Amino acid sequence: MRSELTRILLADDDEDDRIIFKDAFAEIKIKTFIQTVNNGIELMEHLNQPDLLIPHILFLDLNMPRKNGIDCLKEMKQIDRLKDMVVAIYSTSASEENIEETFVFGANIYINKPSDFETLKKVLSEVTVINWQYRTSALNRDNFLLRI
Amino acid sequence: MVLYINYDVGMVCRKVLQEQLDRLNLEYSIKGFGELEIKETLSEAKLEQLNAGFNSYGIRIVEDQKSVLVQKIKSVLLEMIYSDEKLPSSKVSNYLVEKLNHSYGYISNLFSAVTYTSIENFIILQRIERAKQLITAGELSLTQICWKLQYSSTAHFSNQFKNVTGLTPTAFQRIITKRREIVMSKE
Repeated sequence: MRSELTRILLADDDEDDRIIFKDAFAEIKIKTFIQTVNNGIELMEHLNQPDLLIPHILFLDLNMPRKNGIDCLKEMKQIDRLKDMVVAIYSTSASEENIEETFVFGANIYINKPSDFETLKKVLSEVTVINWQYRTSALNRDNFLLRI
Repeated sequence: MVLYINYDVGMVCRKVLQEQLDRLNLEYSIKGFGELEIKETLSEAKLEQLNAGFNSYGIRIVEDQKSVLVQKIKSVLLEMIYSDEKLPSSKVSNYLVEKLNHSYGYISNLFSAVTYTSIENFIILQRIERAKQLITAGELSLTQICWKLQYSSTAHFSNQFKNVTGLTPTAFQRIITKRREIVMSKE
C-alpha cells in the first residue's frame, strides 16, 4: 500500500488546463500516476476498458464537448465497477444549485478551478490527502463530500 | 423496502477475524488496538491464505514496524473518539504516550510522515466523520449530535464541519436525503 501510486484520471477538453494540472501534481508530496482524456466520450471509453485499474480519483470537468460531465457522472453511477470510484468535479464557477446537484448525482468533491498555480497545488494536495485518509482509515465513502 | 442500519464496526471486524481464523483452524487471541496474536508460527502458504481471506474484507496485515505503530495510534485515537467520553485535547498526547510507550514527539512525527496528516487533523476528520454517521442515521437532531460529540456550541460544530467538508451540516443532510430519494425511486 505504501508504495502504491495514487491513480489519477483527468477529463478536461482544455489542453492548457491539462498541462497545468499535471505540473501541479508533479510538485505535491503524494506520489501519483496521472492519465488524461479530452472529452466525455473518450472518458467513458477509457473507463470501460475491461482490464483497467480503476482510478483512485477522477477529476471531471463539467463543460466538455460531445458528452458533458454530468451525463458521464450519471452513466458511471449505473456501472457496478465504476460506481464507487471517487469523483471530483473540477470546473469553473457554477451556481449553488448546480453544485449541490452534482453531489446528489454522486460526486464526492467539488472544486472551483483555482485561477493561480499555487492555489491549485494546495487544493489538489488537500484533495489527494483526504482521499488517502478515506482509503487507509476505514472511512465510509458514501459520506465523502468535500467542497473546496 | 429500504432499511437504515446502525452497526458496531468493532464487533463486525471481530466477527470477520474470528470467521477467517477459525477457517484455518488457528489458535489465536484478538487483542484490540488492531493487534492479533496467533499461537503458532505460520508457514508462508498459510500466511498467504490468511491474508487473502482478510483482503476480501479490506483487512490488511501490516508488515513493517512503523506502519504497525501508526495503526496502533489510529486505533487508540478511534477508540477514544468513539467512546463518548470527554476528549480534552491536552490529554490526547498524554493518553497516546501512556498507551504506546513512545515520546509524543516520536509518535506525532511518525504519524505525519506515514499518513500525510497530523494527529490533530486526524482527530478532527474522524469526529466530523462520526457526526456524518449520526446525521445519516437520522436518529438525533444536529443539536443532540453536538452534545454527543462534546462540541461546546452548535456554532463551533457547524464551523468545524464547514471547514472540513466545505458544506454546512444542513446542506450535507439535504444532499444525503436527496441521494436516497434517487436510489429509492429507481427501485
